[in-house]
Amino acid sequence: MAVDNKVVEQVAHLARVQISAESVPDYASDMSGVLELAAQMDQVDTSSVEPMAHPTHAVQRLRDDVVDEVNQRDAFQAIAPSVENGYYLVPPVIE
Amino acid sequence: MQWETVIGLEIHAQLATRSKIFSASSTQYGAEPNTQASAVDLGMPGVLPVLNREAVHMAIKFALATDAEIGRHNVFARKNYFYPDLPKGYQISQMSLPIVGTGTVTVELDDGEIKEVGLTRAHLEEDAGKSVHEEFHDATGVDLNRAGTPLLEIVSEPDMRSAKEAVAYARKIHSLVRYIEICDGNMQEGSFRCDANVSIRPAGQEELGTRSEIKNVNSFRFLERAINFEVDRQIDILEGGGEVVQETRLYDADKDETRSMRSKEEANDYRYFPDPDLLPVHIEEELIESLRSAMPELPDARRKRFIADFDLSEYDAGVMTADRRTADYFETVLDKSGASAKLACSWISGELFSRLNKDSLELGDSPVDAERFSALVARIHDNTISGKIGKDILDKMWSGNDDVDAIIDKEGLRQISDTSEIEKMIDDVIAANPDQLAQYRSGKDKLLAYFVGQVMKASRGKANPGQLNKLLQEKLKE
Repeated sequence: MAVDNKVVEQVAHLARVQISAESVPDYASDMSGVLELAAQMDQVDTSSVEPMAHPTHAVQRLRDDVVDEVNQRDAFQAIAPSVENGYYLVPPVIE
Repeated sequence: MQWETVIGLEIHAQLATRSKIFSASSTQYGAEPNTQASAVDLGMPGVLPVLNREAVHMAIKFALATDAEIGRHNVFARKNYFYPDLPKGYQISQMSLPIVGTGTVTVELDDGEIKEVGLTRAHLEEDAGKSVHEEFHDATGVDLNRAGTPLLEIVSEPDMRSAKEAVAYARKIHSLVRYIEICDGNMQEGSFRCDANVSIRPAGQEELGTRSEIKNVNSFRFLERAINFEVDRQIDILEGGGEVVQETRLYDADKDETRSMRSKEEANDYRYFPDPDLLPVHIEEELIESLRSAMPELPDARRKRFIADFDLSEYDAGVMTADRRTADYFETVLDKSGASAKLACSWISGELFSRLNKDSLELGDSPVDAERFSALVARIHDNTISGKIGKDILDKMWSGNDDVDAIIDKEGLRQISDTSEIEKMIDDVIAANPDQLAQYRSGKDKLLAYFVGQVMKASRGKANPGQLNKLLQEKLKE
């Protein structure tokens, strides 16, 4: 499956990644290469293999439902670009 | 043309854990902005999510309550999108391997009809933060206290055929999650939120029409109105020769209308993939069995038992099992007071509930707990006091700490059932009212009530009403 310039631009937009117009064809070619590799792997018969979500065979350890975080708002907000009345401020979001 | 409405619901139930799903921050509602937002909730670099065991247990309890499959091997995935109240740039959710699979919910409609609604799945995910648009000039404020709060998203099959059915289903889920104590169900605080997928198709057609998704519905009444508005809107479009666009629409309760929020085709490319920060969750049979054995009796089973064992009416049994606290309270009163189910039920649904309503209290905050209330009902049951005096005593118990027996003794309220004592009071009243006696004896039967009132007054409300009536009628005839 080939990735064209339009797909590159769409993926860049979804990921909010800024790329220059002249680099788009290179990305298209690189990404097409990756998909070709995946297509090659698709040829292998994996019908007897369970799909895995993680490369190790470990399972998730669980945490007790206990609150032990303390309020560190001042420390976090000291490194935020803009805060007011305890809120983090961001450019206005128009609904 | 005849149109058929097709509705599926997505319900977000906030799980009643103390801490968040992936961090040890508090989930308490109403704190100062960002005081319950830790490094994990803020998506700081280098942090790792650690799954809350209780959230997993609560999801399994929901599966057990709806006879649903349990995802013995379930996986968290990242749902990628950008919004200021989602600091990581993705929401941790579940996609192809959710913790709860297909199940069934039995819903009773208003007309008594029973309807089975299929559950597609239910999955665990984290909530986002909250954006505040109004309070700041040329900026949006972000409060991340809610970010990371555990949610169970419950997805139904498109099995509902009217707004009423959708509401009945939503109410059923609401009652169920409260019953098994996995969600407080508070809709004002956003603990229980409904999104409705609505489409229409010509009656008889198999294929589904294009749907719109209605968000922002925070009451059952609005859910019904929003769906009805949306159905009318889609009928108008299709009958006018247009096409329904697949999109998300917001319900505006003030205007009673839905309006377009964003077009879904563009927005829903979430690029899900398994979250490498979280390992697959394995659920052992042992855990399921231990949770199963600790499950409370579910509302439907309890209602049937109340009808069969206690001879309650269908209606009374419904009221007494509407939530678990009420049912527990009722059973305690029944057990401790020795009274009939009918008496216990009428005192709870009447006197207790009206006082709770008046003071805007939940049963859990009642100033008179089930033990004290049982003692009161016991005294009415054994005829120590009349119902009328019982109500006065309940008022005193409501505002003070005295128990029923202490109040009876202190105020001398014990019901008078001593025949000779009541007879003496009757004699005195008759002697004091010779004119009324003559009128009564000449056929004015209505005056009986007057004599009853006079004797009751003389006894300060304490005469046993049954005895009083019987003795008085005998005396008046003499």
